Amino acid sequence: MRYLNAICACLLGLLISTSVLAETPSEAQKPLLLELTEVKLSKALPVLQQLEASEGADMMALFKTMLNGDLYYEKETKRLIAALKEQSVTRYSDLFTGAALNELSSNQVKKIKVNNTLRGYLGEAIARMQLNHPDSAVRTDAVRSLFSDLGPNTIELIRTARLNEQSRSVQEVMDVALALYRAAHSDDATERLQAVKDLEGSLEPEVRNQLTKLAENDPSRSVRKAAQIGLDKIDQQAEMYGFINQLFFGLSLGSVLLLAAIGLAITFGVMGVINMAHGEMIMLGAYTTYVVQLMLPNMIEYSLWIAVPLAFMVSGLAGILIERLVIRHLHGRPLETLLATFGISLILQQLVRTVFSPLNRQVATPEWMSGSIEINPLLSLTLNRLYIVAFALLVFMILLIVLKKTSLGLNVRAVSQNRDMAKAMGIRTDRVDAMTFGLGSGIAGIAGVALSQLTNVGPNLGQAYIIDSFMVVVFGGVGNLWGTLVAAFTLGVANKFIEPVTGAVLASILVLVFIILFIQKRPKGLFPQKGRAAE
Amino acid sequence: MSSFLTNFMSFSRINGESKVAPFVVLLLAVTALASASNLLMPQDSVFYVSTYTITLLGKYLCYAMLALAVDVIWGYCGILSLGHGAFFALGGYAMGMYLMRQIGDRGVYGNPELPDFMVFLNWSELPWFWQGMDQFWVAMLMVLLVPGILAYVFGWLAFRSRVTGVYLSIMTQALTYALLLSFFRNEMGFGGNNGLTDFKDIIGFDLQSDNTRVSLFIITALLLCGLLVLSKKIMQTRFGKVIVAIRDGESRARFIGYRTENYKVWLFVYSAMIAGIAGALYVPQVGIINPGEFSPINSIEIVIWVAVGGRGTLIGAIIGAILVNYAKTKFTAIMPDGWLFALGAMFVLVTLYLPKGLMGLVAQLKDQQLQSKQRSANNSSNEKAEEGHA
Repeated sequence: MRYLNAICACLLGLLISTSVLAETPSEAQKPLLLELTEVKLSKALPVLQQLEASEGADMMALFKTMLNGDLYYEKETKRLIAALKEQSVTRYSDLFTGAALNELSSNQVKKIKVNNTLRGYLGEAIARMQLNHPDSAVRTDAVRSLFSDLGPNTIELIRTARLNEQSRSVQEVMDVALALYRAAHSDDATERLQAVKDLEGSLEPEVRNQLTKLAENDPSRSVRKAAQIGLDKIDQQAEMYGFINQLFFGLSLGSVLLLAAIGLAITFGVMGVINMAHGEMIMLGAYTTYVVQLMLPNMIEYSLWIAVPLAFMVSGLAGILIERLVIRHLHGRPLETLLATFGISLILQQLVRTVFSPLNRQVATPEWMSGSIEINPLLSLTLNRLYIVAFALLVFMILLIVLKKTSLGLNVRAVSQNRDMAKAMGIRTDRVDAMTFGLGSGIAGIAGVALSQLTNVGPNLGQAYIIDSFMVVVFGGVGNLWGTLVAAFTLGVANKFIEPVTGAVLASILVLVFIILFIQKRPKGLFPQKGRAAE
Repeated sequence: MSSFLTNFMSFSRINGESKVAPFVVLLLAVTALASASNLLMPQDSVFYVSTYTITLLGKYLCYAMLALAVDVIWGYCGILSLGHGAFFALGGYAMGMYLMRQIGDRGVYGNPELPDFMVFLNWSELPWFWQGMDQFWVAMLMVLLVPGILAYVFGWLAFRSRVTGVYLSIMTQALTYALLLSFFRNEMGFGGNNGLTDFKDIIGFDLQSDNTRVSLFIITALLLCGLLVLSKKIMQTRFGKVIVAIRDGESRARFIGYRTENYKVWLFVYSAMIAGIAGALYVPQVGIINPGEFSPINSIEIVIWVAVGGRGTLIGAIIGAILVNYAKTKFTAIMPDGWLFALGAMFVLVTLYLPKGLMGLVAQLKDQQLQSKQRSANNSSNEKAEEGHA
């Protein structure tokens, strides 16, 4: 019953090495477990076999720990213990509950020894358990993990499991494993040739290794040739997927830039001033997310849905406040506005440092946003980035609709095209200014929510983005949302494509230099505003 | 006290009409006094000025020179550069490279040819841009040329395509940001993250000795005064008048027939060189130069020094730089967290309520005084006239 008590105490212990938490042992297996601690090394095999036969998959953690040589038992109580070695420190935890046992010292415990025979058996037993696991994903992973050391025993295991396998995807992986084995070990050249052909279309790294070996060393010429063809195909595909991967990273960086820059583009377009505190509006949004998660620790799954509107409001109100209190008084003096807003950004940063401490804060990612879609072994797209690309596009669409279809949007466009004329037509430009500023800042707040899912939240979060977002605005052209969209994605993708060649730092320098040169040719950006008002 | 104030006001008129001479005299007097107190007074005397204070004052004067550089282009030509820290740092790196070479085999690794960080990076020979930097005159030439050439190239590109206003400001900020990123790289050959430090001596004089410290301080003060007078003179020439014309109406100046971009480029180069000199004087006094000097926030802080003092007055920039940095030293000692609040508030309040800075305030007070004097004079004469009429 001790085990039951411990399970309540702590579930997430230090059982990192054993990915599967074991069930509490049933009464039936206790004598067997006890025997394991007492039996001699040479007699341990039958005990383990009995354990596997009686308990099956429940013994996974035990077997894995034992295979790693991390299985110990407490001398006094005979309970089983997993050890985790971190550099020189060894920590112990209960094998079955994962509860950390910090009070144990190394002379209170004794290691359960393993030899090569036992290791061989344990490896097979683990593979057997996994291959019969009810979850098909576990079965696939199990087959994959066997790719690197396929022996006659494991192949026999897979062959047996293949007969009963129902899931198509698992069947395919198993077929790859079987073909791999045949390609490596068959004496018959035609069989090897057939195996190489069977391997076609698989992108596993082991398949590539095997094909490389065959292409170089195989005695049969036709096998060498077939293997080379297979290799070329894999390399071609790898190149393509690498390209797609980079493109995806570029797009995700681009969408972050888009979210950060679009608010700046609006305020700059309408009022001709740069809000140096724009980055801090992003930061406020990110901290809003943090606070929401702090307030509602049980609703992490929904926290983002609450944080998005809240961040919009917090940053938007802050923006309106800044406009009313400071920027309004500096009308027509854009350089002074720049300085004053910079002062505000300093104050906001320091405020956040005082309230939340200067340390970075971790914002949790909801379950539905973590993980990735694995399309094939070479290409997997992380979900949070995928969502952020979609989210940025959604925000862009909404903003576009607001600007094109609402009366506020009409006013904003009128003021940005010709302020004096708009004023003469009866538009209250000062109100439009405040609303625009609120809107731009609010979107920055939303950008902060998105960013909190990619990086840690800290007082300097906004600063990192202000120069980049301004580059996007300059590149895209002021007062044109489409320009901002194109510029953001272009810069994002360009950055990610230069990065592997030159390194991250040089990539951002090159992009900066490019923009400095670019505005030589097109001082008004990619999509300049046309007409007399533009000057 | 009041006599000092009137004295002070007598050379503070707005927009380039301020008289430089009294200020220069004051500055040199303070310099001489402080230096004498450090070298001649015994350590336990009340009048003794510690070497630490001398170095601090020297640092302030370097900042003042940097502020002067920004005021020349912002105050007189309306170009708000948010990247002047880059020129300052480049000048500083040029000096730092010279000082680094002077260490010779006294470094940790004892390599007579290579600075320590290069030995650490397993470099076998000196990169080409370090060649010749062990000659003082080469290094001094670089202090002027490197910021000057960068300013020329950047200015030529920017002004020719008529990049103005906030665009230009952000581009200058991007410039210093790009340099910040590149100087952080070890491969650049400037000591990466740690920068250049551990200097031993300068043209044979030990950097730690009081005499060297005081000499550096005096040189800084003299150069500052020299550059102040020179800038003043430049602004009074035809070139300076065109510069002010460009500030007040660039299109008009262009239509009249001036190639405004040329004027702006050369002024920008001049300003960058001042910043480079300031950096070169700063490094031996502070004892280190690292990429942090390139950070955009440093550059933007310079602007607030100028704004506090009052732009377009030269003297205002110097006063502003000294005051703000003095406040910073005091503030960070008492309550480190409060400084950024104060700095931020300074940005907002100065732009909102003191658009012409302290010099403007002084001029305003003086005007009021003058007006009230005139008014009372008028009143009394009126009264007399009325009396006579009666």
